Amino acid sequence: MTALAMPLAQARSSRFGPGQLVAYAIVLVGAIIMLAPFYFMFVFATHSDREILSLPPPVWFGNNFIENLKLLLERLPYFWHNLGWSLYVALAVTAANLLLCSLAGYAFAMFEFKYKQQLFVFVMGTMLLPSFVGMIPTALTMSWLGWMNEPKALIVPAACGALGIFMMRQYITSAIPRDLLDAARIDGCSEFGIYFRIVLPLIGPALGTLGLVTFIGSWNNFMGPLIVMRDMEMYTVPLALRALQGTGQTPWGAICAGSSIAVVPLLVIFAMASRRLIEGLTAGAVKA
Amino acid sequence: MQAMSEPIHHTAQEPAAALVRRKKRFAFRDIAPYVFISPFFVLFCVFGLFPLLFSMYLSFHRWEPAAGFAAMNWVGLENYWYVIKDDEWFHKSLYNTVWMSIVSGVPQHAVALPLAFFLHRAFGRWRNAVVGIYFLPFITSSVAISLVFSTLFSRDYGVVNASIAQLSQLPVFSWFFPAQNIDWGQPQYTKWMVSFVVFWRYVGWNVVLYLSAIQTIPKDLFEAATMDGAKPVQQFRHVVLPLLRPMIFFAVTLTIIGNLQLFEEPFILTGGTGGIDQAGKTAAMHMYATAFVDGDFGTASSIAWLLFMLIAGVTWLNNRLLGQRKGDAA
Repeated sequence: MTALAMPLAQARSSRFGPGQLVAYAIVLVGAIIMLAPFYFMFVFATHSDREILSLPPPVWFGNNFIENLKLLLERLPYFWHNLGWSLYVALAVTAANLLLCSLAGYAFAMFEFKYKQQLFVFVMGTMLLPSFVGMIPTALTMSWLGWMNEPKALIVPAACGALGIFMMRQYITSAIPRDLLDAARIDGCSEFGIYFRIVLPLIGPALGTLGLVTFIGSWNNFMGPLIVMRDMEMYTVPLALRALQGTGQTPWGAICAGSSIAVVPLLVIFAMASRRLIEGLTAGAVKA
Repeated sequence: MQAMSEPIHHTAQEPAAALVRRKKRFAFRDIAPYVFISPFFVLFCVFGLFPLLFSMYLSFHRWEPAAGFAAMNWVGLENYWYVIKDDEWFHKSLYNTVWMSIVSGVPQHAVALPLAFFLHRAFGRWRNAVVGIYFLPFITSSVAISLVFSTLFSRDYGVVNASIAQLSQLPVFSWFFPAQNIDWGQPQYTKWMVSFVVFWRYVGWNVVLYLSAIQTIPKDLFEAATMDGAKPVQQFRHVVLPLLRPMIFFAVTLTIIGNLQLFEEPFILTGGTGGIDQAGKTAAMHMYATAFVDGDFGTASSIAWLLFMLIAGVTWLNNRLLGQRKGDAA
């Protein structure tokens, strides 16, 4: 849209200056650097370790992927479990956030109540707390609760994020007229009824964005599982991949195959909804 | 207020029973918002606030977790003094953290600002695609990508060294790039490697922040500047930079907070150990090792709070240095 609005003459002159050409070249090289690690990850996933550790390194796909996968499963016998746990935790966290954040965001957007402003500032303030400070006592808390090695140790604490509440409040404020809710109230609709029948159906796009952001955050989470998941069978994918590093000879091909499996879902999501995802992830920073 | 008098007069004539009924019907509405926001506060108290307070309590104690609560001894500030004065690994890890924060952080903004301005001016309908490419590293698993990077940075056969060797044969680049392979595992290179990965991962995030801020600058300003003969570089210097000041402040604050708690990238890139001579060990990694490898939860908690105070202090300083002009503009 903005490009169309730009006067054609200006666009043309800005495209062919010598300085501009250099700038384009730099941006292009930068883009290649951004993408190269992904490319090599996929290429190495299809090569044996001997091929990877040769000069020059392979730059095109080989045919060793199945072998690498077998090696991966040999080193990580529970890899499919790990994948399952990652998926299960991410889906559960996402579902919980969609429900709880939209409820809270709805309250902050559409109700007037005492201390509303202060409570909202408090919610936003919790985003600034560095996660590492709580790392040690969180581990202790989980062991007292008997939640060590339990997926709920990852799901419950992450069930309602401050960023999600913020996103929901912004969207509901702009998308839903208060009159609509008042009309429903006059017709005798209950408060939960209003939420489920009127608010939820109207905030689909925001739910979609929040869902993607939350899913990705949980899928990539490393510090959380690192302190609560002790048995290899209960590892999530990042933790399992990290275990490949440890002992003996590092299986580079298997690592790249495993990493590819961990990254592909993210790439697929990103390819489908990059615009939305970028907006969602930067919502707190850009709109605050 | 005057207009209100009539309805009030009207309700006064209604029977008292109707009033009571109406009050009852609206009762849930009054507490509904509190019910709706309560999950966040309950979860935060149990899994956010309590751990924080407990960690502060722990930092004043010496404790063998295996021996249970009875073995907890109050030692006052002793843990803090030990960490500040005698814990050489803490000093070293703090130095590493600050080093890598600066070397990975400053280029992020030095690159992202002009890049965002250029993306705003050029690329037209390709803009979103280019922004997407730069943003992609931010959404991928830090563990997976750090593992891939440790492959790319391997000494004898790594892609990075192979590329550097190629570049060193070109005329100008040979001044900067050595012909022999760099052993990235050696202490003098480890921090560069980690910093590069951190830069790579977060530069796109800053590009998006700056681009969104530039897009809120009214078009007339750029048009007026163009009419007055201002070149793009001058527009960047005199229009974009002053107007982006609040966003720069905000983005730099986020980078400071994020970089000082650097953990995952160096943890994976150095195999969880910090590398040879602990050259890549950050303060957060040191805290982790003190707690979960050495089992010293008291000292580890005091490290956590010292690091927290450092982050708060630097953020405050940044606020004084960069954020101050905000008041003038208002």
